[in-house]
Amino acid sequence: MGNPVPRIAVRNLTMRFGNYLVQRDVSFEVAPGSVFVIMGDSGCGKSTLLRHMVGLVHPAAGDVLYDGESFWDTDDERRTVMSRRFGILFQSGALWSSMSLAENVALPLAQYTTLSPREIDELVSLKLALVGLRGFEEYFPSEISGGMRKRAGLARAMALDPDILFFDEPSAGLDPLSSRRLDELILELRDSLGTTVVVVTHELASIFAIADDSIFLDAEQRTLIAHGPPLSLLRDCPQAKVRSFLARGEPVSAA
Amino acid sequence: MAHRASSVHVDAVEDALPEVRAERSDGNVRVAISGTWKRGAAVQRGVDDAVQAVSTVSPPGHIEVIAANLGAWDSTLVAFLLRLQSEATRIGVSIEWQGVPEGVRRLVALASAVPERSGTGRGGESIGFLAQVGTFALAAAEEGRRSVLFLGQVTLALAAFVRGRAIYRREDLIRTIQETGAQALPIVSTITLLIGLILAFIGAIQLAQFGAAIYVADLVGLALTREMAAVMTAIVVAGRTGAAFAAQLGTMQGNEEIDALTTLGVPAVEFLVLPRLLALALMMPLLYVYGCFIGLFGGYLVGIGLLDLGSQAYIDRTVEAVGVADFAIGFVKSAVFGAVVAFAGCQRGMEAGRSAAAVGQATTSAVVSSIVGIIVIDALFSVVLNILGI
Repeated sequence: MGNPVPRIAVRNLTMRFGNYLVQRDVSFEVAPGSVFVIMGDSGCGKSTLLRHMVGLVHPAAGDVLYDGESFWDTDDERRTVMSRRFGILFQSGALWSSMSLAENVALPLAQYTTLSPREIDELVSLKLALVGLRGFEEYFPSEISGGMRKRAGLARAMALDPDILFFDEPSAGLDPLSSRRLDELILELRDSLGTTVVVVTHELASIFAIADDSIFLDAEQRTLIAHGPPLSLLRDCPQAKVRSFLARGEPVSAA
Repeated sequence: MAHRASSVHVDAVEDALPEVRAERSDGNVRVAISGTWKRGAAVQRGVDDAVQAVSTVSPPGHIEVIAANLGAWDSTLVAFLLRLQSEATRIGVSIEWQGVPEGVRRLVALASAVPERSGTGRGGESIGFLAQVGTFALAAAEEGRRSVLFLGQVTLALAAFVRGRAIYRREDLIRTIQETGAQALPIVSTITLLIGLILAFIGAIQLAQFGAAIYVADLVGLALTREMAAVMTAIVVAGRTGAAFAAQLGTMQGNEEIDALTTLGVPAVEFLVLPRLLALALMMPLLYVYGCFIGLFGGYLVGIGLLDLGSQAYIDRTVEAVGVADFAIGFVKSAVFGAVVAFAGCQRGMEAGRSAAAVGQATTSAVVSSIVGIIVIDALFSVVLNILGI
């Protein structure tokens, strides 16, 4: 990382639930305006790492820095202010079930801007249109499919034009075409708005299509075992496990 | 998955019983299997003996598994061979397979490919009595701590509401008021009408013996306004609305909706718990007043229908017997009950785990703790009011 101040810096993060160690000593940096992928086998704590980065779970040790500012070594109020820069797409979309799609997307805007209801409506329609849900404003989450809920969740995550977007398994449960459109949208957000994107996924097609940089968390050693762009990891990562993961278990020809 | 062994005698052994024989010789074990290995075939003893025999082998010895005249097979055979394989791996001896179908060997290899994950902390270790008591006590203390914590959060949310700073949607409040109030009227009507009737019947049998039938009006009026209308309404609402709160919030927890609020900096307690608490604390007293009148009407029906009391006389007697204080007591009680039911329902829901079973548990425990809370608080009220002489 040539950049003096990384957008996100995770420092010696240790995650536990009670006595159960999830991952220890995880450190990495995310450059501004890049797409960063967190991968690893099932149950290794990828989503848990994401939940630590966005402030949902307190780390057992270590810290996360945003533009050099500590996220965990500060009070709740400051953390809330800092997390206003984030947009988060949860695994299942996590739309608020008692509110229509428009209301879901509008809530962050109503909460943190002084826009008039009319302006909010316009922005809401724009965000929903960006994810291909134009005309679904008045639908409730229970009335649309899982893939649509996910896209609506993305519209909500983008509501405040966050400069950091977190995606928790964005393509899980999507058909290949929707999944690909989502990848294109992620790249578009990076290129046009300069958004920094952190994605938790193990969809290989997505990983190779979008990732500028990536890390691999190992469930057995309970720590980070590889860091780098996925293509170069596939070619010359010293860890056989990572190479085989990226090659989907196929034997890798030495480059 | 009924492959057949590549034996030439397939047809002959089609219905043969499964058999397994383990022979020991010079520290080696030879396991012979034959017959049809399908689900439901009784070979348990032979299988256990074979595993037992294999476990006695030590490294220089070797294990042979020989299949002869093997008929159709399914997972039963694979499960048995997997046990042998695990046992052999444990003692560090490899197995020589002879005549075992290729498919079976591949399945056994596939099942042993990923070693059992160690350190998952799910051992079958038994827990002693003292440890159980200790765990229970710690859990109870933790539970108490969480309740106090939640009470604190709710209090802060209420303070924010009073100062007009709370973040919640007025639509949610109004909708919850409608759901907890208006939509509960049919069931509250039914229950309190029947309670009024029952009270009047009980009173009628006793009082008519003394020619004091008119005092049924006193009995029904006082019992309803001071106790029964408030308690019964609260119990109905606990089962109806308290359970609904726990289920709603529990499902939101599982669906990461509460996480989504938290990361947006919207306190879930203000956004989700506050409207529910306010709605119920507001609606419960109104339901109580409504229930009182329906119950009194039930008593009135018995009074004039069964005891031949005059309509006007019954009403006059009721008005005379029931004072404003009696209503006030019931009213205050039911507001407290409303808060208790909403608190229990919301707390259980917010703390629910992320699975369907956890939501079910949360719902059950919300209703149970609501009802226990209602009865205990009612008893406290009775004691205090008795001491005060009201």
